[in-house]
Amino acid sequence: MTATRYPSMAAGWRLPNIWDAAAFVCVIGVLAGVGHVAAGTLTRIDAPGATQITLDPWNLPAYAVRTTLRMFAALAASLLFTFTYGTAAAKSRRAALVLVPVLDVLQSVPILGFLTFTVVFFMNLFPGQVLGLELAAIFAIFTSQAWNMAFSLYQSLKTVPSDLAEASVSFHLTAWQRFWKLEVPFATPGLVWNTMMSMSGGWFFVVASEAVSVGDNTWKLPGIGSYVALALEKQDIVAVFWAILAMLVVILLYDQLLFRPLVAWSAKFRFETTAGATASDPWMLRLMRRTRLLKFVGELVGDAAAFIGGMRLSFGFRPRTLMSREPSRAIDIAWIALLLVLVALAMWRVVVFASQAISWHDVGVAVGLGLITLVRVVVLMIVASLIWVPIGVWLGLRPVWARRAQPIAQFLAAFPANLLFPPFVVFIVYFHLSPDIWLTPLMVLGTQWYILFNVVAGAAAFPGDLKEVASNFRIGGWLWWRKVIIPGIFPYYVTGAITASGGSWNAAIVSEVASWGDTKLQAHGLGAYIADATDKGDMARVVLGVVVMSAFVVLFNRLLWRPMYAFAQRRLTLG
Amino acid sequence: MDTTVDVRPCLINVTGCRQAYHKDANADLVVLDDVNLTLREGEIVALLGRSGSGKSTLLRIVSGLLKPTAGSVTWRGVEIDGPTDGVAMVFQSFALFPWLTVQENVEIGLEARGVPRAKREDLSEAAIDMIGLGGFENAYPKELSGGMRQRVGLARALVVHPDLLLMDEPFSALDVLTAETLRTDLIDLWMEGKLPVKSVLMVTHNIEEAVLMCDRILVFSSNPGRVANELKVPFPHPRNRLDPEFRQMVDDIYGIMTRRAPAGPKAATAVPVSPLATPLPRVGTNIMSGLMETLATEPYDGRADLPALAASLQYEVDDLLPLGETLQLLRFAVLEEGDIQLTELGKRYVEGDTDERKALFAEALRQHVPLVNMIRGVLDERWNHRASAVRFRDELEDHMSPDYAEDTLRTVIAWGRYAELFSYDEEAEQFSLEDIE
Repeated sequence: MTATRYPSMAAGWRLPNIWDAAAFVCVIGVLAGVGHVAAGTLTRIDAPGATQITLDPWNLPAYAVRTTLRMFAALAASLLFTFTYGTAAAKSRRAALVLVPVLDVLQSVPILGFLTFTVVFFMNLFPGQVLGLELAAIFAIFTSQAWNMAFSLYQSLKTVPSDLAEASVSFHLTAWQRFWKLEVPFATPGLVWNTMMSMSGGWFFVVASEAVSVGDNTWKLPGIGSYVALALEKQDIVAVFWAILAMLVVILLYDQLLFRPLVAWSAKFRFETTAGATASDPWMLRLMRRTRLLKFVGELVGDAAAFIGGMRLSFGFRPRTLMSREPSRAIDIAWIALLLVLVALAMWRVVVFASQAISWHDVGVAVGLGLITLVRVVVLMIVASLIWVPIGVWLGLRPVWARRAQPIAQFLAAFPANLLFPPFVVFIVYFHLSPDIWLTPLMVLGTQWYILFNVVAGAAAFPGDLKEVASNFRIGGWLWWRKVIIPGIFPYYVTGAITASGGSWNAAIVSEVASWGDTKLQAHGLGAYIADATDKGDMARVVLGVVVMSAFVVLFNRLLWRPMYAFAQRRLTLG
Repeated sequence: MDTTVDVRPCLINVTGCRQAYHKDANADLVVLDDVNLTLREGEIVALLGRSGSGKSTLLRIVSGLLKPTAGSVTWRGVEIDGPTDGVAMVFQSFALFPWLTVQENVEIGLEARGVPRAKREDLSEAAIDMIGLGGFENAYPKELSGGMRQRVGLARALVVHPDLLLMDEPFSALDVLTAETLRTDLIDLWMEGKLPVKSVLMVTHNIEEAVLMCDRILVFSSNPGRVANELKVPFPHPRNRLDPEFRQMVDDIYGIMTRRAPAGPKAATAVPVSPLATPLPRVGTNIMSGLMETLATEPYDGRADLPALAASLQYEVDDLLPLGETLQLLRFAVLEEGDIQLTELGKRYVEGDTDERKALFAEALRQHVPLVNMIRGVLDERWNHRASAVRFRDELEDHMSPDYAEDTLRTVIAWGRYAELFSYDEEAEQFSLEDIE
């Protein structure tokens, strides 16, 4: 490496090229933005301009920058969480007993319902400062990002190929080296993909969490979400469209500048032994490889990473045999006993709390409303499937169209659907339509695209010989759908539908209640129930609503999606 | 045995090694039983045996990856506890890190030891050149063919200058020609004294490979794994596969490996052997028919020499022996002294049409495979003629590892379906008598 390094470093001292200038401007711009926002967060909450915003579209770029930085702060927190929590769950069998089920539940809990209380908590941490509000918003975004990332890392760590694990032990890699040389690279493709999905989910939350009201006070952190909230209050539909435009630009930018290069780069770590067809590098990655300055910085980062990963830290562990000894039974029993005691304590607390604040009648109401929302989700999934499956199949079987449609569908999935609500609300108000029916489509507005792009991927991957068989035996019409293509795309469809239905539940909280100026639209459902209780600051009912919703989501997943997914894996995958 | 005392320093000493997996209810599953092995400097030793004979397990015990249930392993006289410094391993699946280049893969063992970068580059450069990978330093494993990948695996092991090189079926994932090139390259380096190792211990199921490369061969018997025989290979390198003495040795080893396990130790165990204790290999009915038809025709006329048969069918021992043993179990053929001979029953099977074949096969199953009888018995008894596969799997797992139990069950399902003794619903994991008679 040394031999090849010096020439490239020498090249770094030659005149910077035109790309360097562009890169330099970008770097300075980012630094200035970060500085501006950092200064904003340290002001007092009642300082002029700290929590007031205007509808002037010229302010939108600044708001967009602040919203984006909140996203990335939450992303950093999520990564930290992923690497600690996910690693602990994968490395310690005893920790996994607790951590994995907890993660499973957290994934299904609509944290949006707790927004008010987290705001109060963070504001008490930094009384009178904007920082408290900022942290509350970041925390809300974090809760939408972290769980699936941690799960992805956990699952990757659990499925590291055994021959590579043996090789790393046999060649005396320390636990630290093994983590960075084997386990993290192996987990990278999945983690990058999940990070991308998390970012998409995060936009939804950032818009919902910037404008918060606690009791009588309403604060609006400068950002696109607050801008939209204000536009709704002022009934300014033009401003809403400006915000949508700003969001489109932001998502396009971070997609092109960050995620396309990241996904292309992470393909290097994909665990496959054959060279597959590789797509051409996205332009940003090419730029990074071409500009001397960025390349130099990139190499510096790479070298630092290699140095850190290569350190022979062992944390007191010697490289041990893989199956050294039976785990101690006594400690296991003590550990499980401790867990049982903790669970019993928690149960007791819950019973005490519930018996004081909640009656059986309340539970009945919440479950009844949950059933209404369930009907909505089911109907929406059926409608969305009926629309998008045929379209997805049509697109997927035509490679040219599939290539065009795929990024668009992914982009639409990333777009925060709550920004699109206002036009719908205006429509409903204008025509005096029933909110119970017409607010429903909003739930699936942002999540239907997961069905589309998974079906497109499935149809595009449908084996060519099976297509030939179908046309050779002239299988057509309904028979073709039933026996050929639907079983062929089913595993992909289920993957997309799981994501879509989970997202729809979460969206219920913001989509069953909508307002336009003074007009308030409310549908019957569990989402509206939670939103209503949040408005009133009724902690007990929020908790009840959230618990019931989590129970619905978990049961829905366990009783419907898991078995369907298992069936698809068992029967409908080739090989 | 030589009468002269071997004075070469001893590297590895395994005594009374036993490896067993603990089962809750029943007796442990014994993979290795009372294995002794001494490895001295300057020799290449093969552990030869069928799959499931525990030879790979022994290699992992020697490497320190696995701790034996009982017995001791010493490295240069010192008891080992984890991977030792003087040992490096080559894997059957290559086990290369796909995100590291050839050079980075080769350097990984040095990096783990904290060798400084400049030194690392010198050493890896030397190893890469020696093993014939020069020019591929910056390639990623996925850009390489199987043979080149295994060269990387070899270079990665050799670069740390281990005293002992362990190889776990290093050539079995490669095609015939590539494997041969690698074997001869390795032996050439060994003979020229260029390999920076003192000894080599390799696991293989390829008899010719063992005779071609090694100075000493330990032949393993299965269930549980024991050293059945130890042979010295007296031929000097380079060896000629067509040499009559070479052929004779290969023949002899075939004989040893097809010999029935000595009745002594099994009879001595107090526990009566359950009819379900024999694992069945995954051997399909088509391949059984195919082999019987081949044996029945020219040039074999009902009897074949196993090494010759293996060569003409391009089969490895691991493919051929389970097949032969299955035919023997069903009394369609007998194995003796490295030969396979079709029985009268086998000849009738070959001459029969589809229905007659199925009838013969069904009859053989009912007589000689207790598990088939048991399943059919349960089905006949039940009013709805249905039975869950889970109970049979559980019973099998009392006697063998879950993997073997799964294989055995799969085999019985396939055989029973072909013989039309029962049908099976994969979705419900249920045996039934639907569509039977």
